[in-house]
Amino acid sequence: MSGHESSYTPTNAFTKWLDTRLPIVRFAQDTAINFPTPKNLNYWYTFGGILAVCLVVQIVTGIILAMHYEASVDGAFASVERIMRDVPYGWLLRYIHANGASMFFLAVYLHMFRGLYYGSYKAPREVLWILGCVIYLLMMATAFLGYMLPWGQMSYHGANVITSLFGAIPLVGESLQTWILGGPSIGNQTLQRFFSLHYLLPFMIAGAVILHVWALHVPGNNNPTGVEVQDVAKDTVPFHPYYTVKDAFAIVIFLIMFAVFVFYAPNVLGHADNYIEANPLVTPAHIVPEWYLLPFYAILRAITFDLGPIPAKLLGVIFMFAAIAVLFILPWLDTSKVKSMRYRPVAKQFFFGFVAVCLLLGWCGAANPDDPVIPALQGDPKLVVSYTADGQEATSEYKGGGEAYVDAKRFMESLPADSNPSLAAVPAPTFMFRHFSLILTFCYFGFFFLLFFLGLTEKPKELPESIHKSVLKREKASASAVPAE
Amino acid sequence: MKAFRILTAGLAGLMIAASAHAAGGAAHPHAPEEGWPFEGVTGQFDQASLQRGYQVYQEVCSSCHSMKLLSYRNLGDPGGPFYDPDYPNPNDNPFVKALAAQNEILSPTPNEAGDYDFRPATPADRFRSPYPNDNAARAANGGAVPPDLSVITKARHGGASYVYSLLAGYPDDEVFKERVVTEATDDAPAEVQTVIDTSKLHIGHGDDHHYEGYLIQNVGQYYNPYMPGDTVPQFEGDPRHAPPGGFLAMPPQLVPGRVEYSDGTEATIEQMSYDVAQFLAWAGEPKQGNRRSLGLAVMVYLGILAILLWFSYKRIWRNVEH
Repeated sequence: MSGHESSYTPTNAFTKWLDTRLPIVRFAQDTAINFPTPKNLNYWYTFGGILAVCLVVQIVTGIILAMHYEASVDGAFASVERIMRDVPYGWLLRYIHANGASMFFLAVYLHMFRGLYYGSYKAPREVLWILGCVIYLLMMATAFLGYMLPWGQMSYHGANVITSLFGAIPLVGESLQTWILGGPSIGNQTLQRFFSLHYLLPFMIAGAVILHVWALHVPGNNNPTGVEVQDVAKDTVPFHPYYTVKDAFAIVIFLIMFAVFVFYAPNVLGHADNYIEANPLVTPAHIVPEWYLLPFYAILRAITFDLGPIPAKLLGVIFMFAAIAVLFILPWLDTSKVKSMRYRPVAKQFFFGFVAVCLLLGWCGAANPDDPVIPALQGDPKLVVSYTADGQEATSEYKGGGEAYVDAKRFMESLPADSNPSLAAVPAPTFMFRHFSLILTFCYFGFFFLLFFLGLTEKPKELPESIHKSVLKREKASASAVPAE
Repeated sequence: MKAFRILTAGLAGLMIAASAHAAGGAAHPHAPEEGWPFEGVTGQFDQASLQRGYQVYQEVCSSCHSMKLLSYRNLGDPGGPFYDPDYPNPNDNPFVKALAAQNEILSPTPNEAGDYDFRPATPADRFRSPYPNDNAARAANGGAVPPDLSVITKARHGGASYVYSLLAGYPDDEVFKERVVTEATDDAPAEVQTVIDTSKLHIGHGDDHHYEGYLIQNVGQYYNPYMPGDTVPQFEGDPRHAPPGGFLAMPPQLVPGRVEYSDGTEATIEQMSYDVAQFLAWAGEPKQGNRRSLGLAVMVYLGILAILLWFSYKRIWRNVEH
């Protein structure tokens, strides 16, 4: 399945016998040992290996947790705490699994931004990129399903918000939502199917990962220059030991960060409300998803206006799914022939802008949409006295500091007794998170439009002739810099 | 370009900080002045304080609040309040047995005749719940179910500091005033309202604002600056400067000397709040001492592995330009 010529020669009678029947040793040798890999890959290219580790960690801890978990509305919350208290090292398994999801997403985002920066989605790697998008989508589904399982307040109300999105689809929405929930509302049947699917999807991810690796090994790795391998001997090194050791080092550094969360701040990425058992009658003050879904949540909530016959809620859902769908067609949106942003001075600026937009969307997703983005810029709230005069509702406004309150109070006292006055503070109009989210949403989609036009107009920098030459140039530059000191 | 990258990194930090944002409107919970002994990389619980905290729970909190996820045997687990190395199995620990036996519970299993008896608890039993079900709890507490305290420090922003601040944070007596709303008539007694003179309120701990006005405390509701909520509807004064916090159905419970500590520690409000908050922090995650000590070993292991791999990497790549 690899695109390069096999360099495996069976050495003994058994491997010769096996090689003509099931060439599994040859396969392993060609895929993981001898696979020619560009010699100029930097640390941003280690996230593939890190993600493989994340998937294995999640599956292994998840299988053991499933042995102790009870998927029922009466027992789920207590069974999770039982794992924490009575299962030997259950606290470790659960904290690894819960924080592992965050680590998985952190790594996948870095992996995706890496692919975006170095143009790894461009020909001949479009299928590789699309498979990656499929994995990402499956990961989001798995994470969402898994978040339901502890049966905390955020689990329940988060699931309620997300499943109600399906209800926004015209005509079939309500039936679809009922079908997904297995009833008119979230109940035991919903929890059980979410558990079942949460167990299933990781294996689908594993399947997609196999295809992803296969699709990687046909054209081979992209590299920071975006110039394809021309001479295998000069441009590449065998995967083992060169990249096994580099990946292993990166994985251990990643695990150190992972362990800091697991052992010293295991709940910092979660929401306190999820340690309150689910109660359908009490809605949390702010329903927020886990941090890795916040940018999409911000896009969903950014749309607060109807567009013709499309109601705001449906439009928000459309934009949210479009934000993911656009990634699937990215290989054809970007018209530039140059892969790496290293040689695309203008696109590079926009790339970093795009990263900032994604992070800011995450910030907006965590915030209350009606809160000011910069509280310091918001003016003083005004005081409004509402009362009835001659059977009509009337209001009177007061602005300013303490004297405004004195004036409002004096006015209220001057009103007749039957006017029923009440006093309220109305915040000054300001730039709120929902305005900011809307701007950022357009910036998000704008980036993909820009890529289309930039490719047609941008003048790229001169590309190196080959990977080998680009490496040599850098070596020389650093060598000549030394005597100058 | 560099500025852009620094900005991006800053935003990443901001986003993570924002995702754990606090509930608005309440005063920020504060840790005791000397901090918590169980925080930090090597933090462990103060066992004497855990024991006092259990006493406060048992004598004060447990009359309304359940702790359904805990069993009496947990008290004798390693790291627990009454752990004794002589009894590795906490079910044998005589102290734990005695503590359990102080509570009469309805046996969860039937006797030979098939009836459910009341009997003294054993270490294997769950903590006695004060009410048989939520409806009973609601009926006995003016419509509000006292929350289960098993994981309360994980279920509130601020954790143990929140519990500590809340318990010790009720306003002093001097700010309360009785106010006559309607004078007594022949048919009905006078209607009296409890109000808080917020100009005398000293929240402290970073909140030095002056709140001019009166806060009306409805019957069965108690103001606390650390309770998440909204005071504006109850505030007579400039609504733009309403005090932080909210109302809860729990009246202040801790008065000096409410419990008598057997180790001679003076039972001040702060001391009892500190002890019970620490006990609840332990109860929320009894294995957290293990977690921190294992964490240190894992860090050392991974650190050494990283150094070895770094030198392996340098050596393997030494002749390759890259």
